Amino acid sequence: MSEKPGWKSLPEGDVVKAGTAAEFKTGDWRSERPVWFPERCIHCLFCWISCPDSSIIVKDQKMTGIDYDHCKGCGICAKECPVKPQKALEMKPERGEETCQK
Amino acid sequence: MSKIVAKTGNEAMAEAMRQINPDVVAAYPITPATEIVMIFAKYVADGLVDTNFVAVESEHSAMSACVGASAAGVRVMTGTSSQGLCLMYEILPIAAALRLPIVMCDVNRAISGPINIHCDHSDTMAARDFGWLQIFSENSQEAYDSLIQAIRIAEDPRVHLPTMVTTDGFIISHCLDKIEILDDKDVTAFIGQDRKANNRLLDLKNPTSVGLLDLQDYYFEHRVPVAQAMKDSKKVILEVADEFAKKFGRKYGLIEEYKLADAEVAIVALGSTCGTAKVVIDELRAKGVKAGMLKIRVFRPFPAEEIVKALSNVKALAVLDRSDTWSAQGGQVFTEIRSAFYEAAKKPKITNFIYGLGGREIDLPQLHTVFESLKNIDKQPVVQYLGVRE
Repeated sequence: MSEKPGWKSLPEGDVVKAGTAAEFKTGDWRSERPVWFPERCIHCLFCWISCPDSSIIVKDQKMTGIDYDHCKGCGICAKECPVKPQKALEMKPERGEETCQK
Repeated sequence: MSKIVAKTGNEAMAEAMRQINPDVVAAYPITPATEIVMIFAKYVADGLVDTNFVAVESEHSAMSACVGASAAGVRVMTGTSSQGLCLMYEILPIAAALRLPIVMCDVNRAISGPINIHCDHSDTMAARDFGWLQIFSENSQEAYDSLIQAIRIAEDPRVHLPTMVTTDGFIISHCLDKIEILDDKDVTAFIGQDRKANNRLLDLKNPTSVGLLDLQDYYFEHRVPVAQAMKDSKKVILEVADEFAKKFGRKYGLIEEYKLADAEVAIVALGSTCGTAKVVIDELRAKGVKAGMLKIRVFRPFPAEEIVKALSNVKALAVLDRSDTWSAQGGQVFTEIRSAFYEAAKKPKITNFIYGLGGREIDLPQLHTVFESLKNIDKQPVVQYLGVRE
């Protein structure tokens, strides 16, 4: 740890520049992951607005995928997905057969 | 113009808060501190201050709101006591680690259980390790003066630590005392208008994150600066006290020595008990006993060197604690003083009395008993409970 700064050169009071959470990859906490089925998706973006970790990737107002580097697998997106009869987002075991290929 | 008025400790602290005119006050009522913020809330309602008053649902929320407001860079105050302080414990060390100069009016009261509303120092002493400066008051005047000084001390860049100024529940908080209130303009000039002491969240050009997850690689480096700031704060406390004395005439230090210069027997105490002890010492002196007292005004930072120096010529010393550590090694004040003396070449024989828990009266005869025991200090146990029925 010798390359890290000592306490005398750190900014006062645990203050750092904003936005560094993106650099901290938290996706390996997951036990389940949301799997997206594009063919079912209606692009309502309920998943995007509900995601607490900004892990729904949207381009040109369309859902385009999931940021697995930061998704913690909370399942809110799959819960909120309104598509019937089969949801466009389903939670699968992190190490299950269906997710390994993704 | 300053004026002499009759005020309770709570009224005196509320008056100091009005003059300080903090930007944010977040507080929740609790006996015996309720009045401080209740009176202050009236000042807010009457438009006498510019404060944004946040009426929260608990002390936990009160301190959390204080942390948020202080991190945003404004001047923040609150007030509480006992169980209320206990409910703040989770947030108190966060305020210190974030280096936020929050100033608290803390009225010392026993902690439950059994439930009790009267004075002892258990609540404040349990908060001694959270990185807050702790200033004790002997009377309303000291509480008023120290609260004004606390703003300057806490906001000094060499300190940037939260600070609590304490009074003793009911004994000071509710008893009328004759005190000198300073002129509003003098207080404003003394504390200064720098409210950007810690401007962080509101600096939109340089956005920051405050209070992040901090693990094995940085947590330690963020705790040690609190220890350093606490050490450095001694000098600042004395500087601010000197300036206060020059401007307003009343002198304060980390400790106060009362007839200690030639004392052979002495006690150490803090808070309102010191007033009672001064009477006892005067009575003993009239009989030719060389008695004295060391009053601790500032408990954090702990004035170890100053205490050792002031007491090195005393032969027998009794430390009075109004709280216990349950260690069978004495109260907080005693254990720290005994530890401070470990390396000293000259030291008094020393014993501990734990007294006055739950507001149990400490009177002249009891303090005479303490001085009497110092004649036979070799026969005293390390720690004994004064005035308890067996």
